[in-house]
Amino acid sequence: MCKNITFKIYFFVIFLCLGKTCLAASTDIEYPSQDWSFSGIFGTFDKASAQRGFQVYREVCSGCHGMKLLSYRHLSGLGYNNEELKALSAQFEITDGPNDDGESFVRPGRPSDTFVSPYPNEQAARAANGGAYPPDLSLIVKARADGANYLHALLSGYKEAPKDFNVPEGMYYNTYYPGKLIGMPQPIYEDGVEYADGTKASELQMSKDVTTFLAWASEPEMENRKRLGVTVISFLIVFSILAYFSMKQIWAPIKKKV
Amino acid sequence: MSKNKSKNSVVEWIDYRLPIFTFLNHELNEYPTPKNLNYFWNFGSLAGITLVVMIITGIVLSMNYTAHVDYAFDSVERIMRDVNHGWLLRYIHMNGASFFFIVVYIHIFRGLYYGSYKAPREILWILGVLILLLMMATAFMGYVLPWGQMSFWGATVITNLFSAVPLVGESIVTWLWGGFSVDNPTLNRFFSLHYLLPFLIVGLVILHLVALHRFGSNNPIGIDAKGKQDTIPFHPYYTIKDLFGLSVFATIFAAAVFFFPNFMGHPDNYIPANAMQTPAHIVPEWYFLPFYAILRAIPDKLGGVLFMFGAIAVLFILPWLDKSPIRSSQFRPIYKLFFWILVFDCILLGYLGAKPAEGIYVLLSRVATGYYFFHFIILLPLLPNIEKTRPLPISISEPILSSSSFSTAAAVREKK
Amino acid sequence: MAKKENKNRRDFLVISTYAFGAVGAGSFVWPLIDQMNPAADTLALASTEVDLEPLEEGQAITVKWRGKPVFIRHRTKEEIMSAKKENLDNLKDPQKDEDRVLNEKYIVLVGVCTHLGCVPLGQKTGDVKGEYGGWFCPCHGSHYDHSGRIRKGPAPVNLEVPNYKFLSDKLIRIG
Repeated sequence: MCKNITFKIYFFVIFLCLGKTCLAASTDIEYPSQDWSFSGIFGTFDKASAQRGFQVYREVCSGCHGMKLLSYRHLSGLGYNNEELKALSAQFEITDGPNDDGESFVRPGRPSDTFVSPYPNEQAARAANGGAYPPDLSLIVKARADGANYLHALLSGYKEAPKDFNVPEGMYYNTYYPGKLIGMPQPIYEDGVEYADGTKASELQMSKDVTTFLAWASEPEMENRKRLGVTVISFLIVFSILAYFSMKQIWAPIKKKV
Repeated sequence: MSKNKSKNSVVEWIDYRLPIFTFLNHELNEYPTPKNLNYFWNFGSLAGITLVVMIITGIVLSMNYTAHVDYAFDSVERIMRDVNHGWLLRYIHMNGASFFFIVVYIHIFRGLYYGSYKAPREILWILGVLILLLMMATAFMGYVLPWGQMSFWGATVITNLFSAVPLVGESIVTWLWGGFSVDNPTLNRFFSLHYLLPFLIVGLVILHLVALHRFGSNNPIGIDAKGKQDTIPFHPYYTIKDLFGLSVFATIFAAAVFFFPNFMGHPDNYIPANAMQTPAHIVPEWYFLPFYAILRAIPDKLGGVLFMFGAIAVLFILPWLDKSPIRSSQFRPIYKLFFWILVFDCILLGYLGAKPAEGIYVLLSRVATGYYFFHFIILLPLLPNIEKTRPLPISISEPILSSSSFSTAAAVREKK
Repeated sequence: MAKKENKNRRDFLVISTYAFGAVGAGSFVWPLIDQMNPAADTLALASTEVDLEPLEEGQAITVKWRGKPVFIRHRTKEEIMSAKKENLDNLKDPQKDEDRVLNEKYIVLVGVCTHLGCVPLGQKTGDVKGEYGGWFCPCHGSHYDHSGRIRKGPAPVNLEVPNYKFLSDKLIRIG
């Protein structure tokens, strides 16, 4: 009987893996795997890294990329307290309105405001970026296969193009972008930001930090999810064992007869 | 329980007027069930429970969802980020769809292996195929609701299938869309139907159970219970067995929900729908892949659609295609072999459905599609004429027959 | 004897299995209920700022806060006097006027009758203000005075004073 269950689980796993290979097979480029704080069943976000990553987003990425699914209050998940969030959000200018005269006005941000978008709409964003649309980053890690490794690879994938490779005006050569031509100029340079906590802002560090931040932004529920998962699964395993032995007990007289 | 019942006068009073307790006692407690069911018989109850979980989580999700092209994507993300336990409910619902199909597919293959569709269970089987059809429609429309790229393009491609219908195809598609492309009216009606269909499924499940209880469960040996010695009451034997099955299933399900919630999903569906740009590789959800492969295997548009629907239609007439009077594969060595080939064939079709329609994959898809229909339409009707079946046991309680002589299916029929 | 013990152990095992199942099913119910509680974005809903500059003595404005009306009245001297001098013994829900205002000129109230949630009249010039000159709820006839205290009718307590503060002399933030 035990064998039967093992077989079932085995069958299931094979089934899933097969399915996944089929789906994953659509990407041709392999991204180097990084050692992320948030990977694995017990993984959590490195809060300090994610906070630095937020700084990188703010000072570098947010010029072109919005994150419209996030509000400043969500940053409490990175360990900011209420006062810090109020102060932080107040640094942003929010266009609100209409007021009693029917007009829009600008006011300092509040924690309940969503992240300020760099452009009012997609057309404006395209116009300002030579036709390319800088995607919203709220879900970027979930919206790309192997998202975290992809982002990290992409950010550090800017190389000198081979001599025979024609790079048109306004495009940049990136080994990890499909087609190797990307509309985004290299965003991260050494000491591009001055980290508040004194960490050396190397390219690698910045890219890791901002990826950690974006991974958090994609799945802010992840830590709760995994924590609850450990509890629920422990409970279910105990329950399965109890149910198994209860079943054995109840069935004992029937099995004996056979 | 039936004896305890009379002690409670309130229960007795109600039962006299509305015999609900007698009914439940009869159908869930005393209900005589073959005593030799194996774990594959767990999947029926698992499917029922999964359906209930899907309906419950679906109802609460709909309390927080907005069916409008401008708000649908964001409202789902609000569920994920701001609604209390929203991420949990949504991941249960999202993965629940996949697990529902896993359970139901195993349930179907169990039926195929043990010949559960054969007389007198033909209507039971047909109701099951109808449930499968409704499940597919429900799952397809549910996948559209988050309004991501895969939602949008999945909806576009699948609704376009109907344009293959001669003469009125285009009109049907326009009617389905409520416009000239998949847009807000489409999303609204899909939401409405996605909410409605599960309740129709519940209705069919009830009929499925009524039909099941008419003759009781089939069993691994495939011969009818010949008396009390072959059956045991459903409770407590199968309640506890189903509970154990449920606990194992729930553990695996929970592992997916809590640790790999997007494993069976597609990253592109976290990109909001964009009518101006199709993702590089669009694939349906994994549970549609075998059918998708059949669709693409046929070089003709109408033909592809017909074969795809035919793959399910053939299941409706399966009870009459399979002429063998022997139910269980245990006694049909050749059928057993072909059964496993069919399983492999379906998995292969699933694999091919995820591959681009080019090169060797197209050829393989055609071969696999060919086998699928060959299996049902040619093999099953002819097999009894050539297959030497193994001798059937006398009864469930005496499964081992001393004689090891082989007899043909025809001979068995004669004996009957 | 040994047999009986064995049976007890079996019952215990089966009962604990069912109990575990019940606990499991029970805890699954909580997320289903909790999702109907206010979500994080609702709880964080923006506070409302109101400029009192244009509000002249005797005038009132109604602003929306958390989906409900908030009454702000710039009270006249007489209204303030009448609210202040009221003997607390006459009140159903005794509260001093001083405890209900930050600046006695302005009374800020949640405009929802404490009886069954209707919006009382009394904000507009022509409205019926009730026997005590403050607000009057037309649904079931509750009368409120110049301090928004319940004086007559079925409402059990005074109109609620929302959490607010003066950012400057003429600017308040509610919430």
